Amino acid sequence: MSFLEVSNLQVSFPTEDGIVHAVDGVSFSVERGKVLAVVGESGSGKSVTSQAVMGLLNRKATKISGSVVLDGQDLLAMDDKDVRKLRGGKMAMIFQDPLSSLHPYYRISKQLVEAVRVHQNVSTSDARKQAIAMLDQVGIPAPERRIDDYPHQLSGGMRQRVMIAMALLNNPSLLIADEPTTALDVTVQAQIIELIQHIQQVSDAAIIFITHDLGVVAEIAHDVLVMYAGRIVEYAPVETLYGQPQMPYTLGLMASIPRLDRDPDVRLDPIPGNPPSLINLPSGCSFNPRCTFSDQVLDGRCSVDLPDLLPAGEGHLVRCHLPIDTRKAISVQTLAALNGSVL
Amino acid sequence: MTTPLLQVEDLKMHFPVKSRGLFRRVVGQVRAVDGITLHINSGETLGLVGESGCGKSTAGRSIMRLLSPTGGKVILDGVDITNLSRREMVPHRRTAQMIFQDPYSALNPRHTVGSIIGAPFIVQKVKPVGGVRKEVQELMARVGLNPEHYNRYPNEFSGGQRQRIGIARALALKPKLIVCDEPVSALDVSIQAQVINLLQDLQQDFGLAYLFVAHDLSVVRQISHRISVMYLGHIMETASRDVLYSAPQHPYTHALMSAVPVPNPQLAGKRERIMLQGDLPSPINPPKGCVFNTRCFAAQERCRVEVPELIEVTPGHQVACHFPITESLGTTLITGPDPGLTEQPDNAPDSPNAAATNAVFEAGAEPWAQRQS
Amino acid sequence: MAGYVTRRVLIMVLMLLVLTFAVFVLFNLLPADVARLTCGKTCTPQTLEANRIKLGLDQPVIMQFWYFFKGLFVGREYYGGPTPIECPAPCLGYSFQRNELVTTLIAQRLPATIWLALGAFAFWMVGGISLGIYSALRRGKWQDKTVMGVSLIGYSLPSFFLGLVMIYLVIIQLKLLPFPRYVSPFENPVQFFQAMLLPWIVLAILYAAFYMRLTRSQMLDAMGEDFIRTARAKGLPERTVIGRHALRAGLTPIVTAAGLDLAGLLGGAIITEALFSLPGIGSLALSAVVNPDQPIIVGTVLITAAFIIIANLIVDLLYAAIDPRVRLA
Repeated sequence: MSFLEVSNLQVSFPTEDGIVHAVDGVSFSVERGKVLAVVGESGSGKSVTSQAVMGLLNRKATKISGSVVLDGQDLLAMDDKDVRKLRGGKMAMIFQDPLSSLHPYYRISKQLVEAVRVHQNVSTSDARKQAIAMLDQVGIPAPERRIDDYPHQLSGGMRQRVMIAMALLNNPSLLIADEPTTALDVTVQAQIIELIQHIQQVSDAAIIFITHDLGVVAEIAHDVLVMYAGRIVEYAPVETLYGQPQMPYTLGLMASIPRLDRDPDVRLDPIPGNPPSLINLPSGCSFNPRCTFSDQVLDGRCSVDLPDLLPAGEGHLVRCHLPIDTRKAISVQTLAALNGSVL
Repeated sequence: MTTPLLQVEDLKMHFPVKSRGLFRRVVGQVRAVDGITLHINSGETLGLVGESGCGKSTAGRSIMRLLSPTGGKVILDGVDITNLSRREMVPHRRTAQMIFQDPYSALNPRHTVGSIIGAPFIVQKVKPVGGVRKEVQELMARVGLNPEHYNRYPNEFSGGQRQRIGIARALALKPKLIVCDEPVSALDVSIQAQVINLLQDLQQDFGLAYLFVAHDLSVVRQISHRISVMYLGHIMETASRDVLYSAPQHPYTHALMSAVPVPNPQLAGKRERIMLQGDLPSPINPPKGCVFNTRCFAAQERCRVEVPELIEVTPGHQVACHFPITESLGTTLITGPDPGLTEQPDNAPDSPNAAATNAVFEAGAEPWAQRQS
Repeated sequence: MAGYVTRRVLIMVLMLLVLTFAVFVLFNLLPADVARLTCGKTCTPQTLEANRIKLGLDQPVIMQFWYFFKGLFVGREYYGGPTPIECPAPCLGYSFQRNELVTTLIAQRLPATIWLALGAFAFWMVGGISLGIYSALRRGKWQDKTVMGVSLIGYSLPSFFLGLVMIYLVIIQLKLLPFPRYVSPFENPVQFFQAMLLPWIVLAILYAAFYMRLTRSQMLDAMGEDFIRTARAKGLPERTVIGRHALRAGLTPIVTAAGLDLAGLLGGAIITEALFSLPGIGSLALSAVVNPDQPIIVGTVLITAAFIIIANLIVDLLYAAIDPRVRLA
């Protein structure tokens, strides 16, 4: 059993327009000391998945099923009250926008001390000492002075360090980072990524890193999970995912992103169309209306049957009807085309 | 030599800061743009790149005369538009148009797409042959929208489609220049590429020039012919795309390049990062001398005193630095498909890269200071 | 900060000045002849002229204002009777009908109005905010719909109707309370409470309705904020998340509205005071309108306006206390 084991997670919530199937049958596991990247675009279900793990979804307004087993405990079967005690303790989370994620009216000190004291039975002054020590560890200069600042007095990078410090205060063994660098500048992003890598090395926590940025994933992840329209479409060790992506959606992403290691004179090859509505998913494979290879599958199966997530190599799972050899061939072809070679 | 389509000389845009005291005196200036010089030729794309707070968007807006510049000159298609009034600007708006970052807030939700795209015709009192409706529908088709959606409202479109609406509106009067302010940064990655390709196609078809303002160095590289790098209201470096990405000379450009993540796990941990220390200084009170000196790994005494001019080092390559970097800094740059890093054996902990990485976590340590000593 | 406060106070004084002038001019340029109104049925041209001189209406308007304005700061004298009437600063005028200084009249009436306003304020703030929070937390449920329905009714009921129904039910039918007769709480606390309870409730219902809705929408906005998610992710109990994080974030507009509403009430709740025969500023103003008495009208309007302008300043200063971004910007 892995440290975190998510099995067949389903999340849906009703809206005025119909039921949104935000997450549909997601299963994955993370070990301590490993970084799992969850990649996807908006509406792919990556954030909802993480919030379901953290128990941050409103159970009354959302339908959640499956299991989320953290260190042997099924969080979905537990009382809200007991999950709350794990939140911020055993499992912690960092969010995308550090400015809006910190309370604008309270000093950093108050927000950190509160986080310590909800899980530890210590005095305010001890909690404050812990908070200052943690700010120092995440690289905030003069932490004993900065701790009395308000969030708006810090720069974006400093604020994200504060958020990270807040998450680390109670020494979590599962850390979920939801797009932690998306709102940051590129030089600050590099600092925060290094910080998270450093944390991963020294703390031995299991880290789930949610992002849409394939460049960041390559820097930080051990395993990668690609999500599309609420489902996992590909799951592989990072080297495999970049070396031989097999799901046409992953390939489409690789071909459509501008990157410093491709020939800029070769045009980008975008994925046609738009992501589907989660209320009204296409039948069969959700990606089939945008897939340029679905005509290679016999009988139009792609628009009828939802393909299973099946093994395609060492630790590699792919959800696609294309025969594995075809997938390997188009993978090689697509990656070569990035630099203008036609195979 | 042909005259450039757009010429910007020593453009300054300062915003007054008022005290909250008794008389609301002006106590300072936010020097958002503090003397930038650039030009754009017909049909070319100049990327204006920099991090948040560098003044790139303000520069775009002052060039479009959505703001009134504090100083300097903006010459558009041979006409000095720097001090034109709003009304005097109207005819020149046909030459230059703008598209914006947020496709959600840049379109009036109560107007139909048809009337949004057709608005420039009404404002400029232009009667296209065949009528506004026909022209608008042709524009819609050209940018990849279904012309039958003429009477729909912006909220019925996705983010990418809304950006197409913005592009169609900008195209309506057949401008020569479009200022694109972060046009793809709010879009999903699979949609970004569609819009970038569309912009490139339109450039080909109509001979458009773009001022492409963005923070994403990979995107800017994909679309630009030349690129200017901004920092704290100043241009640090301008060069053609290939030169800027393979042989930059400004230390800030190096720092930026080294920080761009590349989707190649084989490079992860093998590239050197130039970590900038400290925070961006306030544009109200920028550092004396070179504005970058407080965070620069190559800064010397002279940099704290004397402002470096933007000087042409080779034809088309301008750098504002007293001590430009003319030799390789190691593995900070990714210059193309084969960065030559993938074949290297795994770095031992005592490699320069690992040292740099670790140093960041030791409070106050400056990896580059060690490197130079 | 000190500079900011000084500037705001100066602006406030300026606003009061302009307002004084506006009110004064308004009530002097009315087509009705003020002297005629004070003259009664058996009016002879002689009394009319005498009244005109007594009220200073023979002077040009600008001079009238100047006397009035001067009176505010240094006091003035009225020459209506055999001996001149001393009106010390701040002189708001003299009512020849009642033979009283306006300031004296207002000072007599102020306590009842203040008690009424403060009591109702306490009721509606506690009731409105807690029901608003409750409703926000049960959003879309029957509890929410009930609270919102009730608040809509409370919001749309006219105060005279609500007051009359209360009087009829509580006093006449059920005889739970005696007919209200206001006394100072320091004289007879029991009778004071008996007299004030119903007016408090009537006003509180009217205002609470608005505060329920405001609090509810503020809470719903705040609960959607990212920092609420952070608070939950820290493992804080829901009680703390709502009470300390969400409520604080949604407080600003509630404080604004509360400050201005309280100030408005301090200028007199005309209908409620009249209904429950409370000797407050509202009933004073009402009688001055029914039985035209221009100096009293000008005086009460000015007092109300002054309360609101001062409340505005206090509210703005409170902003800074609530939101550090305002303080440091």
